[in-house]
Amino acid sequence: MTFRKYLVLAGVTVFAAAGDSMLSHGMKQTGNISLHHLSSLLTAVLNPWVAVGILLLLAFFASYMNALSWADLTYVLPATSLGYVLLALVARFALHEQVSALRWMGIVLISGGVGFVAGGPSVTHHHDNVALTGQDESSKSQLLSSGKSGSPADSQQHVRAAGRGDS
Amino acid sequence: MKHLYTWAGILLVVCFSVMGDTLMSRAMKRVGDLHALRRRFGLGTVICRIFSSSTFFVAVGAMAIAFFSLMFSLSWGDVSLVAPAAASLTFIGNAVAAKIFLHEKVDRRRWMAALLVAGGVALLIG
Repeated sequence: MTFRKYLVLAGVTVFAAAGDSMLSHGMKQTGNISLHHLSSLLTAVLNPWVAVGILLLLAFFASYMNALSWADLTYVLPATSLGYVLLALVARFALHEQVSALRWMGIVLISGGVGFVAGGPSVTHHHDNVALTGQDESSKSQLLSSGKSGSPADSQQHVRAAGRGDS
Repeated sequence: MKHLYTWAGILLVVCFSVMGDTLMSRAMKRVGDLHALRRRFGLGTVICRIFSSSTFFVAVGAMAIAFFSLMFSLSWGDVSLVAPAAASLTFIGNAVAAKIFLHEKVDRRRWMAALLVAGGVALLIG
């Protein structure tokens, strides 16, 4: 795992939490939206909080896609669940809301889960995706510079050449 | 009857969330490491490769259905039941689907992580 990859995972976590918070704050300002008055949807989107919330959620989606391009789903989801913890901490210390003992217990469980998954490898090596998701930068750039985009045959060659190392 | 609708809604949310996440993961693995691709071929190529994947669009569609199912479920049942149940069951469902369909190596460490996070999320938003 490189610093850039940790940054992408942090992006998934922070953008989702911040986007949800801003969207929630904006929607409380604009009020209920009815299916019979869809023009109120446009008013909601023009609210600055909602607009920034949507932008942040787009950034979350881009980071999520980026993370899934080099890490397993069963690694990305638990690793980025710290967003729930972040929201609870913001609620407690910035918004001065009460956080019950059960919720603190939830924070401890999530942190434990993140600790479990963070200690393991981020990707399962398959013959058909190792070429572009593997950790070996030199082998990866070698493959990319050959102008091929990771066909199974190329990847098997790559596996034989680079071994099955994981960071 | 309302109880049945609520749980049917939760089941829909979980199924489509898991389907969306699993297909998105498969689509992104097929596209390749986005950072490496962008550095080598530029952002345009990366966007073209993503948008030329039909799996990507099916994944986005499944995620959209999951979102609207959640909206309907919330109108049928209490948020204190629907939100934690849907979120925590999605974590477990994703671990099962990743093992079966994506052939990920879900070892004891990852199962523990999925279960702890699912439990934690249920407590946090319950």
